[in-house]
Amino acid sequence: MDTDDTLTVGLATDLDGSFEGLVLTHQDRLYSIALRVLGNPADAEEAAQDAFVRAYRALAGYDAARIRELRLRAWLATIVLNVCRSRRTRGAATRGTLSLDVALPVDAEPRTPAALGPAAVADRRAGTESWADLLLTLPTAHRVAVVLRHVDGLSYPEVAEVLGKPEGTVKAQVHRGLAQLRAAYEAAERLHPEELTA
Amino acid sequence: MTPDDRTLEAAMAGLATHAPSTLAPDVLVEVGLADRFARTDSPIGGLIVAWNGLGVSTVDTETDDATFAAAHATRTGRPTYPATSLPPRLEDAIRRRLDGDRRVRIDLDLRGHTDFERDVWAKALEIPAGEVRPYGWIAGEIGRPKAVRAVGTALGHNPVPLIVPCHRVVRTDGTIGQYSLGGPANKRTILRAEGLDPDGLEDQARGGIRFVGSDTTHIVCLPTCHHAKRITPAHRVPFRSFGAALGSGYRACLACKPASGTSLAAA
Repeated sequence: MDTDDTLTVGLATDLDGSFEGLVLTHQDRLYSIALRVLGNPADAEEAAQDAFVRAYRALAGYDAARIRELRLRAWLATIVLNVCRSRRTRGAATRGTLSLDVALPVDAEPRTPAALGPAAVADRRAGTESWADLLLTLPTAHRVAVVLRHVDGLSYPEVAEVLGKPEGTVKAQVHRGLAQLRAAYEAAERLHPEELTA
Repeated sequence: MTPDDRTLEAAMAGLATHAPSTLAPDVLVEVGLADRFARTDSPIGGLIVAWNGLGVSTVDTETDDATFAAAHATRTGRPTYPATSLPPRLEDAIRRRLDGDRRVRIDLDLRGHTDFERDVWAKALEIPAGEVRPYGWIAGEIGRPKAVRAVGTALGHNPVPLIVPCHRVVRTDGTIGQYSLGGPANKRTILRAEGLDPDGLEDQARGGIRFVGSDTTHIVCLPTCHHAKRITPAHRVPFRSFGAALGSGYRACLACKPASGTSLAAA
């Protein structure tokens, strides 16, 4: 019995007593997905929080049999992506910002204020900041597919379930996403060779 | 150099990161599985207020964090996280409520309490600032006229004193009575802060006066009703019982409903 099976059994019998276990088990995943899709730590934290609150309210309305049958990894990823989607739509509408659906050349991507924070500095030292920035230049559909498959580590059947698309489509999106990532990396390397570490 | 798929996949796997330590507490507080608490001021000194996504769960006299956390866990079964201050909107709402503004909405988390207790507290919420009602009045108003002692017990268990103003409920003999938030002296202090004179009230009650009427309107009130306070001394008629007022041709005030909790409640 893996952790999620234990969790769903616990959630089905005692939601309030088991919910903290669900949060602690899945918080790094949901935060990472939100961070790599949205690109901003503050937005990501809010999105992950919102996703867990939605999950709790949904679980409170499900009967025990339905909870036991949940595939938690895919289910929670679906919820956090829905939150990210609605935040991005709302954010773009209210702030008039560029839609992330448009693929931007690397040097046109505006630097967020968060890029100056201590966490960002540590990220840069580790080389993750550059990859995160490159990932944000991908079209949303490709970025989300790459994040689910390679950042979160879901299997292709799980990614297909989360995105509600055939496995073949999802595989194509991941491959295309990686190809765009490679192209973006090469373009960035030509511009700022010292900032990137592969 | 062109990164191969393996390199790209490893780089993406490296983008998985840890959630901030604030995430789990925020979630648990929002869904009501944990509470935050912070300190604030009041007419009776420092208070600790605890809240979660469902509402305010506790108001208590100030203690150290560990003592409060232990007492809260014992009562609610929930963990607590200290906060530096109340959320500004909640702080403002509590301030306005203490200043007597009953229109300001404060959500309360009263899970784990009986319907009877909630009924008692909901009724206490209807008592305006600067006025008091006897325990029996609450019992009568919630349709349990014989449950006067149980009303007193429920008020003693009020987890959110000041917000639910159990300090505005006094003994049926007119004395101020007990108070859960640090004892009866605090009850007098709060009532004084709301503009009442607790000593004067007790003197009046000892003199046997339970009701006050106006001989111009022939309406009878509880002594602290805002309508009673407007009666000029020349027209002020004291009564020892509601029956005596009825007998003199007076009718009950619609605001303070003085018959509630008396044997003539149906009259």
